[in-house]
Amino acid sequence: MVSPAHFIALSVILFVIGAVGVLVRRNAIVVFMCVELMLNAANLAFVAFARMHNGLDGQLIAFFVMVVAAAEVVVGLAILTSIFRARRSASVDDANLMKY
Amino acid sequence: MTGSVHSALMPQAAAALTTYHATGIQDAAGLLLAFPLAGAAILLLGGKRTNSWGHYVGVAMPLLAFAYGVAAYVQMLGYPAAHRSRELTLYQFIDVGRFQVPLGLQLDQLSICFVLLITGVGSLIHIFAVGYMSHDPERRRFFGYMNLFLAAMLLLVLGNNYLALYAGWEGVGLASYLLIGFWQYKDSAAVAAKKAFIANRVGDVGLSLGIMLMFAQFGTVTFQGVFAAVPSASHGVVTAIGLLLLLGACGKSAQVPLQSWLLDAMEGPTPVSALIHAATMVTAGVYLIVRSAPIFDLTPDARLAVAIVGAVTLLFGAIIGCAKDDIKKALAGSTMSQIGYMMLAAGLGPAGYVFAIAHLLAHGFFKAGLFLGAGSIKHEMNEEVDMRRFGGLAKVMPITWVTFGLAYLAIIGIPPLSGFFTKDPIIDAAFAKGGTSGALLGTAALIGAGITGFYMTRVMLMTFHGERRWDDTVHPHEAPPVMTWPMIVLAIGSVFAGGLLIVDNRLLNFLGPVTGVPPTRHGLWTWSGIVALALVVVAFGIAYALYGRREIPVTAPAGSPVTVAARKDLYGDAINEGLLMRPGQWLTRLSVFFDNRGVDGLVNSLAAATGGSSGRLRKLQSGFVRSYALSMLVGGVLLVGALLLVRL
Amino acid sequence: MSHHMLLAGPAAETTRVLAYWVLAVISVTSALGMILARRAVHCAMMLALVMLSLAVMYVELGAPFLAFVQVIVYTGAVLMLFLFVLMIVGITAADSIIETIRGQRLWAALGGIALLVLLSLVIGHAAIGPSPPATAKFGNGNLNALAQLLFTKYVFPFELTSALLITAALGAMVLAHRERTGPKPTQRELAARRIASGRPTPLPGPGTYAQHNAVDMPALLPDGTQSSLSVSPVLSGPTPDVSDYPEGLPEGSSEAEPARLASPAGSAGSADSGGQEAGDQW
Repeated sequence: MVSPAHFIALSVILFVIGAVGVLVRRNAIVVFMCVELMLNAANLAFVAFARMHNGLDGQLIAFFVMVVAAAEVVVGLAILTSIFRARRSASVDDANLMKY
Repeated sequence: MTGSVHSALMPQAAAALTTYHATGIQDAAGLLLAFPLAGAAILLLGGKRTNSWGHYVGVAMPLLAFAYGVAAYVQMLGYPAAHRSRELTLYQFIDVGRFQVPLGLQLDQLSICFVLLITGVGSLIHIFAVGYMSHDPERRRFFGYMNLFLAAMLLLVLGNNYLALYAGWEGVGLASYLLIGFWQYKDSAAVAAKKAFIANRVGDVGLSLGIMLMFAQFGTVTFQGVFAAVPSASHGVVTAIGLLLLLGACGKSAQVPLQSWLLDAMEGPTPVSALIHAATMVTAGVYLIVRSAPIFDLTPDARLAVAIVGAVTLLFGAIIGCAKDDIKKALAGSTMSQIGYMMLAAGLGPAGYVFAIAHLLAHGFFKAGLFLGAGSIKHEMNEEVDMRRFGGLAKVMPITWVTFGLAYLAIIGIPPLSGFFTKDPIIDAAFAKGGTSGALLGTAALIGAGITGFYMTRVMLMTFHGERRWDDTVHPHEAPPVMTWPMIVLAIGSVFAGGLLIVDNRLLNFLGPVTGVPPTRHGLWTWSGIVALALVVVAFGIAYALYGRREIPVTAPAGSPVTVAARKDLYGDAINEGLLMRPGQWLTRLSVFFDNRGVDGLVNSLAAATGGSSGRLRKLQSGFVRSYALSMLVGGVLLVGALLLVRL
Repeated sequence: MSHHMLLAGPAAETTRVLAYWVLAVISVTSALGMILARRAVHCAMMLALVMLSLAVMYVELGAPFLAFVQVIVYTGAVLMLFLFVLMIVGITAADSIIETIRGQRLWAALGGIALLVLLSLVIGHAAIGPSPPATAKFGNGNLNALAQLLFTKYVFPFELTSALLITAALGAMVLAHRERTGPKPTQRELAARRIASGRPTPLPGPGTYAQHNAVDMPALLPDGTQSSLSVSPVLSGPTPDVSDYPEGLPEGSSEAEPARLASPAGSAGSADSGGQEAGDQW
């Protein structure tokens, strides 16, 4: 029997994997992908909760999350290209001018 | 005793409080201030382009003011005695709610005496200065300052309220500072100017506190208002006001304990010494006391303090005058001493006010004459002031010798010259005060008269008689007429002023409505006058034995401890340093130390701690986004964990 | 018709459990692969796999609309955008294995474990029962129900998302816009540059003398040889023969060596050598 708890557990696992990925990867595009993974994990939890509570609000929130994620990706990738254009590097560690 | 005198004089003093509006010529009394003020403005603002004719303006303005003063005096003589006090308001000086101070002028018998002295002697000294300063490239500036001084001094004596008096008081202080330091490239002159300014500040604080106390108590600072309110004030308040005014007078008139600046003030050009530091400004303290007569009439304690200060100073100055080899400093000691006489007289109350003013006026003539003589000598001797290098000048500078000699005879009190007429009544009045204090004050005044005879004879002998002791490089001869004529006029004044004022009680009758009338004196010759004259003759003999018969060494001999002390101004500077300067410096050092170690230490260590910890903490700002993300993750975990701990 | 309606009974239940576990394993494996793969392209492919798995799960959870949005918008558009940017940045770019920030991996691992434990605790603590019976909202009526909710209760946030999207589009345009640093070349400058390039004439068109009228067919020179200049380097194969182009033409023309070997002798050679010299200068 598959209960919402299964999906939520999966969501937790994916979220943690995404979080660790953000921390360990240096390629900015991959970092973005990890962020997307975290958002997807959250979405899964929302949808599972919606099913659990027998309401559609969770699904709608997931929908909004997707919209926001799309906007974030567009702007983030634009930033990325301009950084790449200036520094010839997509590594997040190279963009460290704002420091002590 | 004072009570009876006081009550006897009150009606007359009250009559003096009635003032009338000035009319006619007197209505333009503002001109008295305007003339010298315009001169100062033209000369100081006009700059170099007035260099060639500036001194003519500088001389013309005091002469115009003098002419106006004479006209106003003549008009005043036309009024009956009780109607001679005239007022006019120039404009509203301060207009703040209840606090109304009009800038008003008061022409009465007392102020007209001062106006005539200031503008008359002032004009003569200005004329003298044309010759004396002829070689100075800054002569224009000098005349600008001198005119500024005249304007301030006239405001001082003409103001009908204490605030206007105070404004003039500060103005003459400023002019004095500027003129003492006129040759500011000389260190000694610059230091002397600052010394005079600071010493005067001490006195000015007293005066300003006195005025504030008046306002706090009576709500007014006009002479009329204060004098009308003062009888109803408590004895303590009146005494406090009197003592504060005395402090102000001590500062301006170089009385003990604020005497130290006057001797150094001789660093200024000699006409300055003659006008400001002998004839007029230093007598402002006496004017203040006499003008405040209604206050002092009510407080015998403050009056006694005034008399004591005067007596101490007259001995103090006389002793200093005996030891100085610098002719101007010897005369400065003499000035202190003579003002001491005036203060002593003023401290005797209505019995002495008139004689204080009489001596002040006579002193204005003979001391100005003495200083101009000294200036004339200094001018011819290549700025030499050491009397040990003079000697035998009587032959080469006969006019200076005669005028100086007449002023000398006047100051030591040889009849029938001025000093005899004006000094003896003071000694006489001191003894007449009665009691121990009267005897002590009178004795001091008598001794002072004797010492005056000694040190003035010493100056005379060392300067004009005996062998010539100057170098061959110096070729003294008589000064030009522009310098000798003022000296001659002043010498005439020295001879006749005292007699004119005292004989037939002329000044007494004139000033009586303002200052009160002293007990009638019978005859010119009193026993104290005869004793004083005898003392002067003895002193002359001693001085002649010491300086007339013997060779005078060019370098000063070691001398007795008293001489050494007198040369050092009786340790006035040392006392100031020991009592005020050193503790002040210690206090300053202590504050600096506390400021550096305590306040700054606290602030600096706080700053260092903040800076140091920031320096370490900022290393966290590595610029690596991933580090920041890690902190966020850890922070989030901790937050959620904490929430869970609370909730579970 | 919903899946739930179709798949009923014990057999359907078994299928459902099986599907969940298969998808769960696939998605977790792919997610791990994504953070472990060195090449960014591989990461993107792994992410696509995760997203598609999630889309299937959405269907299982009664959200067919979201499932389609997940596939079309997320996997189809967003991920493709990633791939485009990857092409700009360099498709071959690979991360170095060496960690440069000291202790970052250790702490990341510890933080991850802590997060996992914490979230597990939360979920384990919560009482999550079985799903209630699905209503029409989770089946065929899903789209209608969502639309109703979106345009009533959530209409204001919905409108706000439009503002967000416009702002994002503008932001992306501004950020990606490249500012012209020098003045725009004038006609005269362009002409002078063209004369100086050594080839004032236009390049030969493709297939001018050829049998085939296609852009990938090179033109024939008078001596019968083919002019590589007539074909766009993009179309000319894996090793584009671009060296014959004079400077100022598309990037990558620096690979001159093969062109020199391929360039024919004769009259065409002179023209080629001119371009070659220009290329050397560049």
